Amino acid sequence: MSILAVKQHIFKAMLLPFLCVISACNTENDKSLSNHSIVYCSEGSPESFNPQTVTSGTTIDATSNQLYNRLISFRGEQNTIAPSLAKSWHVTRDGKMITFYLRKDVAFHQTNYFTPTRFFNADDVLFSFNRILSAEHPFHQVSGGKYPFFQSVSFSNVVQSIEKINDYTIRFKFKYADSSILANIASDFAVILSKEYADALVLKNIKREIDTLPIGTGPFKLKEYRPGAYIRYAPHQDYWDKPSSLEQLIFDITPSSIGRLTKLLAGECDVIAFPIAHEKIKSKPELELEEVTSFNVGYLGFNTVKPPFNNVNVRQAVALAVNKQAIIDTVYQSKADMAHSLLPKTSWAYNKSTLAQTYDLSEAKKLLVDAGFPDGFTMNLWALPVQRAYNPDAITMAKLIQADLKKIGIKVLIENSLDMGSFLEQLSKGEHQSVLLGWSADHFDPDNFFTPLLSCSSAKSGNNRTFWCNEDFDDLLQQALETTNVTQRKRFYSRALAIISTEVPLIPIAHSKRFQARKNIVKGEFLSPFGGIDFSKASKN
Amino acid sequence: MLTFTLRRLNLFIFTMFLLTLLSFSLSFLFPGEQLINISGQVNATPEQLIILGEHYQTQSNVFQQYFAYVNMLFHGDLGISMASQLSISTEIMNFLPATIELTLVALFIAMLFGIPIGFIAAINHRKATDNIILSISMIGYSIPVFWLGLLAILVFSIQLGWLPSAGQISLLFEIEHVTGIQFIDILLSNSPYKWQAFQDASAHIFLPACVIALAPATIFVRLARSAMMEVLESQYIRAAKAKGLSFRQIIYHHAIRNAMVHVIRDVGLQFANLVTIAMVTEVIFSWPGIGRWLIESIYQRDHTAIQGGLLALSAFIFIVHIVTDFIYAALNPLARESRHGT
Repeated sequence: MSILAVKQHIFKAMLLPFLCVISACNTENDKSLSNHSIVYCSEGSPESFNPQTVTSGTTIDATSNQLYNRLISFRGEQNTIAPSLAKSWHVTRDGKMITFYLRKDVAFHQTNYFTPTRFFNADDVLFSFNRILSAEHPFHQVSGGKYPFFQSVSFSNVVQSIEKINDYTIRFKFKYADSSILANIASDFAVILSKEYADALVLKNIKREIDTLPIGTGPFKLKEYRPGAYIRYAPHQDYWDKPSSLEQLIFDITPSSIGRLTKLLAGECDVIAFPIAHEKIKSKPELELEEVTSFNVGYLGFNTVKPPFNNVNVRQAVALAVNKQAIIDTVYQSKADMAHSLLPKTSWAYNKSTLAQTYDLSEAKKLLVDAGFPDGFTMNLWALPVQRAYNPDAITMAKLIQADLKKIGIKVLIENSLDMGSFLEQLSKGEHQSVLLGWSADHFDPDNFFTPLLSCSSAKSGNNRTFWCNEDFDDLLQQALETTNVTQRKRFYSRALAIISTEVPLIPIAHSKRFQARKNIVKGEFLSPFGGIDFSKASKN
Repeated sequence: MLTFTLRRLNLFIFTMFLLTLLSFSLSFLFPGEQLINISGQVNATPEQLIILGEHYQTQSNVFQQYFAYVNMLFHGDLGISMASQLSISTEIMNFLPATIELTLVALFIAMLFGIPIGFIAAINHRKATDNIILSISMIGYSIPVFWLGLLAILVFSIQLGWLPSAGQISLLFEIEHVTGIQFIDILLSNSPYKWQAFQDASAHIFLPACVIALAPATIFVRLARSAMMEVLESQYIRAAKAKGLSFRQIIYHHAIRNAMVHVIRDVGLQFANLVTIAMVTEVIFSWPGIGRWLIESIYQRDHTAIQGGLLALSAFIFIVHIVTDFIYAALNPLARESRHGT
């Protein structure tokens, strides 16, 4: 054999396994692992693994429905309240007391950092809620002592006490009737933690791990988390409901929307959050695009305690000068409904007759003159360069508003250099003049749009970023909560909406639709019009 | 050989001195407080800052501060990252192996294709083959890497769907981080899906490695071509011809080995170039390497990470240089005796 021939053989021998490797010589096995795993490309890293302490949709998506259960949950098309960890409940006629009868044989996660020795019982419920309610609770201050959702709905003002009747019965007593309380207890934030795990952490003196290494009763347990890279979940084998058929659930954290699209098209992701290029996805037969009209609102909020926006005329002028249609066409690419009021059309309390501000430049200029700013002024507008469900591109939106307001002589400086943590922190201190934000509802009750966003109590907690506090408005909200009569509640909310539209603490801009793209082989419903994504019933075939 | 080694060692020490000096002065040049820049302790309490100040001897003169800094470096303490608050040395140990893996595979591909093609061009000097190879390599060299990377993703990942576009391995596979070099970690792991993981990792590395390999490969083509041409015109080849050896025998027995010696020498020089290209490619292919980490640190103004990363990366490139120099010296006895260091 000549030397050349030998060399050729060596060359071939070297190249063969290489070619074999990249062309996937045995594809049979390959399917076995990916057949039982779902890779979800999410838009960001969660801030914490405890939904009690956060409001961000990204965190809720990653934690609530995957790791935990609530006492009760929303089920079905109508989003009626259904049993979860509580198998039944009873509300007294005056609405001031609810008794929950708990499910037995519910196991907590067994992980390499904790092994439970007992099933879920009333102590866990007490622990989970007392952590939020009582400032003296040993775990209250862990992770900063902030429970934004519960503070925003004044949970501690409503709840008088929680009593354990026996191991599987628990009673909530309320100071006054609040028709949204069941919806709040069923929301993604009211998860049940393990008291046994908390006690173990106290002994080891590592209390803060309760929010970073979570233990819950949900369909999945945390296996591994690398911030900015991925979250790996394993199914909870002893899940009280039907255990997931998956072997793995992976959140591949991909902040760039182009990156997510590429990964979907290249087959690296099974499901992606907030897809772009909808036409391209629709043109592929193996992919599916889903949409739900979200229960959310994107808005421009004013800091109403700082000049110039403490003047209602200025706020109204800005509201008249913002071209919402242009924003919807550009920022949302027409994939959103224009917001006429804080409430989306799908809410039962929505009122068509609420006056929305129309685009009117000459009126806006007149109002500015009345307010004493004939030559306009300079203001800052805070925008977060992170994609949110209610606002896919806050920076572009800010630039459009900048151009709109230039026409009535207002110079807008866009502030977008902060990361999410410090952005939210400085907002709650009120360091902004105006801000582009939004709200994704936690449940179907309309109160969830009003109390957390614009009530006086949330202005105090800093969650109401407009710091607007109107007593008439608060009274209306209160009255609406005291009755369960829907027609009456609707009347109160209409009047509340009318106050917002004349006082303009914020300008509602759009109700976006939430999109999601997935491969056809992924089955099951996991997108809901409000709250987080839920993979418990997802499967692959 | 001893002089040769000493000379390299001398060069290494001097270069490291300059590098540490640069990285030390960066902590003064970056905006913000020097002590925080150098240690990365952005959230330190006043008491902690005092202790840190003692470590870095901030009260003494600049020379003592520099020696304190170098002393910390010798103990493996590069400070902590301002962004992640993890120690820089851990971060580097996490990210550097992935870059080494990627650049080595790219280098291998570049040599595997570049050198033989260069030889073919030289053998066919002034013929159509030579011209075609030269023109193609010119085009290959001129293509900007970020464009090529995006194009490769567009064609092979999106349109054809053959190869993945991001990361080192599919997240489906749980491979424990031991050495950081994915292929070795896969072989060490006890996953039942070892072979699949290996395939998957190969599929992931193929595209970025090819993208990185293109520019160096074209350089190797030209280096190999000129080296071979030089060898073919030398006296001993003429003597071999006169002895009546066949053309094939001349090429395989005499020319290739001697031409390779010249090429190997330039491999080390190409390595710095390769790492630069790899940094950009890592960003495009979301490769979890030190290049991407460094570029992210620049975005986040993580001064401590920039200093530490630069130091580690340049030290790494320099070590590779020295290693190739030794390989060259081992292959070519003449180099060991050369009087001047390179």
